[in-house]
Amino acid sequence: MNIKYCICLTLLLISSGLQSAERNWKPLKDDGLHDPANPAIEMLQEPAEALSKLPPDSVGNKVLWNRALQQGYIEPRTNIFPETKIEVIDMDIIMERTGEMPLVLFPHRPHTEWLDCNNCHDKIFIKKVDANPINMLAILSGNYCGQCHGAVAFPLTECNRCHSVVRSTFLGKPGVQPEH
Amino acid sequence: MLFITLSAGISFNATSEYADVVLNQLSDKNDVRPVIFPHWFHRIRFRCKVCHNELGFEMRVGSNNITMDKISDGQYCGMCHNDEIAWSAARCDLCHSGKPGLKTGIRGSNQTGGPGRW
Repeated sequence: MNIKYCICLTLLLISSGLQSAERNWKPLKDDGLHDPANPAIEMLQEPAEALSKLPPDSVGNKVLWNRALQQGYIEPRTNIFPETKIEVIDMDIIMERTGEMPLVLFPHRPHTEWLDCNNCHDKIFIKKVDANPINMLAILSGNYCGQCHGAVAFPLTECNRCHSVVRSTFLGKPGVQPEH
Repeated sequence: MLFITLSAGISFNATSEYADVVLNQLSDKNDVRPVIFPHWFHRIRFRCKVCHNELGFEMRVGSNNITMDKISDGQYCGMCHNDEIAWSAARCDLCHSGKPGLKTGIRGSNQTGGPGRW
């Protein structure tokens, strides 16, 4: 193996090891936001108590939230009003204009498990393939995917979670993918 | 490689929990502590769509004009914080729990709002 790749791999392993070893959560009184002088702080749930029981990640809240949901670690309510229609859509979209990066696979399913269609359509994304001028600068500025990713969903350091389809081995057509 | 080091660095320097929101448009002015809203706590119990669709919270810090009158009237936080689903809005200190002077915004390892804020 090329020596450069070896060095890269070693550093990557060290860095990911350090990150996962660091899966601890600051107590609220030390987090820089909560006022330790507030007596009620004792009544609030500590992040470590809740999050340490959930599937581990190395970034964000250090929790794989989708896995936590899919595997039943958490059962968050879908609605408050009985009449609210809950829609979960299983439709993958592959975006090909990603420069030299791998193609982006956008899965509707995990997104609609958490969000309503209205949250993204048409406020953030028009419901049409290729109609949205999505680019990384806009995302890094907090628009498009960046409205959530980098703020509440997994952060923008995790390139390959979205850029997940290798261009050279992708034989299908970009856009809406056939149901699987 | 720099990027990996940077991302490790960010996670080492993380203080408050990812996606914690500070709400201080009105609190300091009214002599109460700013509100700390923890996304992690709420998403264990509710999907995003409950607050961001049913309850009408816009997904951008500072774009919701939340007042105690509205909450007492059952809007925004008051939909649940009514002593039925969650503690009532009369328990001021449980939500108004931040250090005085904090700036309104979303906190955590990374932030939206422009590359300059990373």
